[in-house]
Amino acid sequence: MSILKVNNLSVSFKQYTSGLRQTTHQVISNLNIELVSGEILAVVGASGSGKSLLAHAILGILPLNAETSGQITYDGEVLTSKRQEQLRGKEIALVPQSVSYLNPLMRVGSQVRSSVRKRNAKQAQEEVFQRYHLKKEVGNMYPFQLSGGMARRVLVSTAMVSGASVIIADEPTPGLDKVVIEEALNNFREFADQGCAVMLISHDIESALKIADKVAVFYEGTVLEVAPVEDFEGKGDRLRHPYTQALWRALPQNDFTWIEGSI
Amino acid sequence: MRWQLTWNIVTFLFWKAIKMASLLVAISFISFLLVKNSPIDPIQAYVGADMLNVSQEQREKIEEYWGLNQPVMEQFMSWSSAVLSGDLGTSMIFRLPVSEVIGERFLNSIALMSVAWVLSGVIGFSIGILAAMNTGTWIDRMIKWYCYTLASTPTFWMGLLLLIVFAVWLNWFPVGMGVPAGVLAEDVTIMDRIKHLILPALTLSIIGVANVALHTRQKLIEVLSSDYVVFARARGEKGFTLFWRHGLRNIALPAITLQFAAFSELFGGAVLAEQVFSYPGLGQATVEAGLRGDIPLLLGLVLFSAIFVFVGNVIADLIYRVVDPRTREGKSYAVKQ
Repeated sequence: MSILKVNNLSVSFKQYTSGLRQTTHQVISNLNIELVSGEILAVVGASGSGKSLLAHAILGILPLNAETSGQITYDGEVLTSKRQEQLRGKEIALVPQSVSYLNPLMRVGSQVRSSVRKRNAKQAQEEVFQRYHLKKEVGNMYPFQLSGGMARRVLVSTAMVSGASVIIADEPTPGLDKVVIEEALNNFREFADQGCAVMLISHDIESALKIADKVAVFYEGTVLEVAPVEDFEGKGDRLRHPYTQALWRALPQNDFTWIEGSI
Repeated sequence: MRWQLTWNIVTFLFWKAIKMASLLVAISFISFLLVKNSPIDPIQAYVGADMLNVSQEQREKIEEYWGLNQPVMEQFMSWSSAVLSGDLGTSMIFRLPVSEVIGERFLNSIALMSVAWVLSGVIGFSIGILAAMNTGTWIDRMIKWYCYTLASTPTFWMGLLLLIVFAVWLNWFPVGMGVPAGVLAEDVTIMDRIKHLILPALTLSIIGVANVALHTRQKLIEVLSSDYVVFARARGEKGFTLFWRHGLRNIALPAITLQFAAFSELFGGAVLAEQVFSYPGLGQATVEAGLRGDIPLLLGLVLFSAIFVFVGNVIADLIYRVVDPRTREGKSYAVKQ
C-alpha cells in the first residue's frame, strides 16, 4: 500500500548573483516517487545531486529561499506546509547523515527523549538504547563524545522512538566501517519489516542493493527510473535507462567500465 | 570526573597566575621607562607653583633624597621592591597613599562599570536575538544600523550629547560629579549617588551594546541554519521551544565570554565617560594623574587596570572551561566504550 507519493516535485532556489540580479537555480525537477509500507526504496545517485533536498522537501524543512511546486501526498492526503509541520517527527521521521545533526551542548539521551511522541519518554529512550546495544551512560554523553558507530545508533534511535510510519534516511552510511554499515542497514530493514515505509538516500549503490526492495536512480535533480532490486543482476539488461545500466556496469565487481561522454 | 575537573582548573589558574606575574613585570618595567623618559619633572610636579622659591641647591637635595640622581635600573629596582612589599607610594595630587586613592576611586568606578556592564550585556544580547530572529526585515536593519552607528560613536561625544539633552535641556539629572556640590558628606543620600550615576552609566551601556548585539545576531543566525536546528525542526520542534533548547543554549556562552573579555573596552570607556561627567572614578583619576604628572598614582593605575583586564579575560576562559561540556568533560567516555 502506497503511503507517501511525490508527484511532479520541483525545487528551485532564488539567488542573488551580482548586485541585485536574481536567478533561480533549479535543483529538483518533475520528480515522481512512491513509498510503500513495509518496503525500502533506495534513492541512489551522485553526491551533491540534490538527494538530501528531496528529503527536506518531503519534511518541509527547506531553507526559506527555496520554492517548491508539485504535490506530495501522505496517506491519500495532500501535504500542505501546515500538515507537514504537524506530521514531521510524528508520522515522518528523518535519520540524518552525521553527528553534526545533534545539538552539541545537549546530552544525547535528552535529545532522543525529545523525539518520543506516543509514550513515556524516559522508558522509551532506555529501551531503544538497550535494543541498539548502547550502554546506559551513553544517555548522559554529549555528541562529541560518541564514536561514529554510536552516533549512528543514536540517530537511528531518534527515528525508532518517534513511532513514525515513514522513515527517511539521508546518507546514513558515509565514513563508517563495513560492520557498522551492515548494522545500520539492518536497522532499516527491521523498520520496513515492522511495516514502516523507508526511503534510503545513498550514493552507495552496492550496499543499498543489499537491503532495498526498489531502487530509484537519481540524476540531475530527477528520478530516471525506479527498478525492482532483482533487475540489478548480470549485465543489467533488464534495466531500462542507459544511465542506470552505466551505473551498474561501472561497479568494480561488474564490468568496471564507463560509457563515452559520461565523465 | 569531579576531581579531574578541579585539578584541571587548579593547573589552569596556576599557569594564568604565572602569566599575570610576568605580564605585570613587563608592564611595570615598560611604563616606568616611559615615565622616566617623558618630559614630566617629578620635582616640579611635586612642588608645583612654589617652584620659583626652590633654589638649585634645594633641588639637588630633593633629587638626592628621592634617589633621582641614581641610574635608571636602580631607581626601578627600588620602586618595584617597594611595590612588592605593598607600598605604591604617595599620590602627589591627593597627598594620600596611592593604594588608598585607587581603592576609593575603584568603589565609585565599579558601581558605574557594573551597571553599564550588566545593562549593555542584557540589552545587547536581547536585541541581537531580536535581529537574528527577524533577519532581513526592517527590525533587523534598524538594529544593525543602530549598532554600526554606535560602534563608530566616540564615548565622550555620546556623553556630551546625553549631558546636553538630559542634564541641561530637560534638567532631569545633575550635570556631573559623583555627589551633589555643597552638601556635607554625611548628608549625601543613596538616591543622590544613584542620580549622579545614571547618565555616565547610560553613556557607557549605550556604547557597549553594539559589540554584544552584532556578535549575538551573527551567532544565532549561524545556529539557526545549523544541521542540528534543521534536524530539530524535522523532529517537529518549533517556535519558542526550538529557540530555547537549541538556540539560546548555543549562543549564551559565547556572549557571556565576550562580555567578560570586553573589560578593557569598559575601562577605556569609563576613562572618557568619567572625564565628561567629572565623575570621581578611576578613569578620571587616570586623566588627572597623567595631566598633572602624578607619577606614583599613574604607575599604580597602570598596574591596577592591567590586573582588572587580565582578570576579566581569565574569567572568560574559566567559564568556557567549567560550562562548556566540550572542554569540561574531554573524550574520556568514548575511550571507555
